[in-house]
Amino acid sequence: MAQIFHPSANLVAKATIFGAAFIAAGALWIGDRVHRSPYITQAQVAREQPVPFSHKHHVKGIGLDCRYCHGSVEEGAFAGIPPTKTCMTCHSQLFTDAPMLEPVRESWRTNKSVEWVRVHDLPDFAYFNHSIHVAQGVGCSTCHGAVDEMPLVWREHSLNMDWCLACHREPERFIRPRESIFDMDWETPIAWSALDGDTRSILQAAGVESDPVLQADLGPALVEAYGIVTAQLENCSMCHR
Amino acid sequence: MSQATTPPPPDETRTAAIIRPGHSLSSVTDKISKIVLQRHTPRGWFIGLGISFALVMLLLWSLTVLLVKGTGIWGLNIPVGWGFAIINFVWWIGIGHAGTLISAILLLVKQDWRTSINRFAEAMTLFAVACAGIFPLIHVGRPWLAYWLLPYPNTMDMWPQFRSPLLWDVFAVSTYASVSLLFWYVGLIPDLATLRDRAKSRPWKIAYGVLALGWRGAARHWDRYETAYLLLAGLATPLVVSVHTVVSLDFAVGQVPGWHATVFPPYFVAGAVFSGFAMVVTLAIPLRKVYGLEDFITMRHLENMAKVMLATGLIVAYGYAIEIFTAWYGGSEYEMFMVQNRMKGPYATFFWALILCNVAIPQLLWSRKIRNSLLALFLISIVVNVGMWLERFVIVVTSLSRDFLPSSWDTYEPTFWDWSTYIGTIGLFLALLFLFIRFLPMISIAEMRMLVPAEEEPEEEEK
Repeated sequence: MAQIFHPSANLVAKATIFGAAFIAAGALWIGDRVHRSPYITQAQVAREQPVPFSHKHHVKGIGLDCRYCHGSVEEGAFAGIPPTKTCMTCHSQLFTDAPMLEPVRESWRTNKSVEWVRVHDLPDFAYFNHSIHVAQGVGCSTCHGAVDEMPLVWREHSLNMDWCLACHREPERFIRPRESIFDMDWETPIAWSALDGDTRSILQAAGVESDPVLQADLGPALVEAYGIVTAQLENCSMCHR
Repeated sequence: MSQATTPPPPDETRTAAIIRPGHSLSSVTDKISKIVLQRHTPRGWFIGLGISFALVMLLLWSLTVLLVKGTGIWGLNIPVGWGFAIINFVWWIGIGHAGTLISAILLLVKQDWRTSINRFAEAMTLFAVACAGIFPLIHVGRPWLAYWLLPYPNTMDMWPQFRSPLLWDVFAVSTYASVSLLFWYVGLIPDLATLRDRAKSRPWKIAYGVLALGWRGAARHWDRYETAYLLLAGLATPLVVSVHTVVSLDFAVGQVPGWHATVFPPYFVAGAVFSGFAMVVTLAIPLRKVYGLEDFITMRHLENMAKVMLATGLIVAYGYAIEIFTAWYGGSEYEMFMVQNRMKGPYATFFWALILCNVAIPQLLWSRKIRNSLLALFLISIVVNVGMWLERFVIVVTSLSRDFLPSSWDTYEPTFWDWSTYIGTIGLFLALLFLFIRFLPMISIAEMRMLVPAEEEPEEEEK
């Protein structure tokens, strides 16, 4: 009887069975990479807006405070997107003819909002509140990155749950003094002289005397002083209510 | 009844043989492989497959509607959050257990009568597990996220809840499915080689040849095959006990009256074997008739399976009795209410039907006459299958619908979609079975050849 298979079929069979494990593992690895890539998370991807509003120009160049436009960040869950009126406080006088600003003037004339593209959008099943984060020492740039360097805004981080949990599990690694929340240049280690009086007394109470002050010393002292209960930050119902 | 002691009678007066005398190595091979290799497909096969395939379409339709509209199409409510999906899951998983018991435990304890029924019982296990696996997945509400049940490094940085029996289920059932598949396939390899050698057309030679993995029947092949088969039997043996134990813990770990009982694991395992053997009998009787396999699946097989059903049925009956006893002895008013509610409440009909099916009717199997009557055995096996389904219904629904707080009580009524999904999985099970008996040997040729008495071996050459 003639043979059905060539002897090389043995090698093919072994290679495919052995290779299947690597192909399956590789496919899973690629899936994981894609899932964490900017293609899915949109981290680091600048978004087109109806008006090319530059945070770099307005914050770094002019020196506007975050709260000038995002007024409810200290009291509300939502930081707030400014109404056209806020734009017009300056632009009724400045660059009144700039074609770039025509959508803003049109909004002012017609009383219809400019439809800004939302960059930071959490899923509806995650409850997030800006005010508690701002009140407990999470600075703007900790989550949003160097917005003062962004001509068009992008997401600094993935907004994946592992990113949220990284801070909820170890807030002391990220927390800063309440007085420096809106400081876009905040970084540790920080010189003792750059700290305000409240923070200095918190550090003194915690027995920290190094200069410059390290995050490893500052973080735990602030967590203690601000009454942050780390154990409860990881409860499911903290964010999924 | 003849009490012959020496020599054991070769006829069927006392106990029927496990293979009818007069068979040779080649006649066994011919008879079993012909079912697969013959060109002509019986019309009944097409009709059977057609009907089951139509039911598979019903299943797909039901699943599509479920995916579009969500679990609201089922009769679930609060408090009865576990309806047909969990009932059917437990029922199908239980049915699978006979296959593993027959192939693994009976192999290790050297019960050679298992040989002619193990192959299709194992296939039945696989198909039952496939049907069972559908239910928890569609029950999670968002089936496209069902992979969250698996522990893998994810962007949520979370592990599943390892303290939950529902997660243990994931491991128990997936281990069970993979070991059963491997066991079945390894057992098939020598037979696939036989089919490869006997197939007439080239495509079939190639198809069976690829699956036979280059089996030549060399002594070294047999040596390794026997070792692998025994090892797999050893791996599969604990699964007979562990899988349904874990399934029972889904209930027993909860504090709901009627679930929170230590008797659950053994009682569930016995129930699983009970329903599994009933399903094997249900399938074996028509199969041996249609394909003329009375020589290989003899009355001895059927009688032995009837005895296993009787024994496990008694364990299950003991479980029912103990449930009532502990409710009374434990002195918990909720447990006592649960027992009364089962017997007299809104689902009392189901409870008494269950007692009739699982406790009363199987007692007929004490009679040898009944055990040797094909019709009676067939009917009893179907009754047991129905009874075991009712058992899961009673456990799931009566306990949930009447829990601690009367204000939260509600009644569960299955909808059309509950039934269509359930019946659809029966169609899937049967369709897979029809395909199996057409394309693979439903009895192990290699193992049957070992049962042929040596002196009847003819001079003919065998591959």
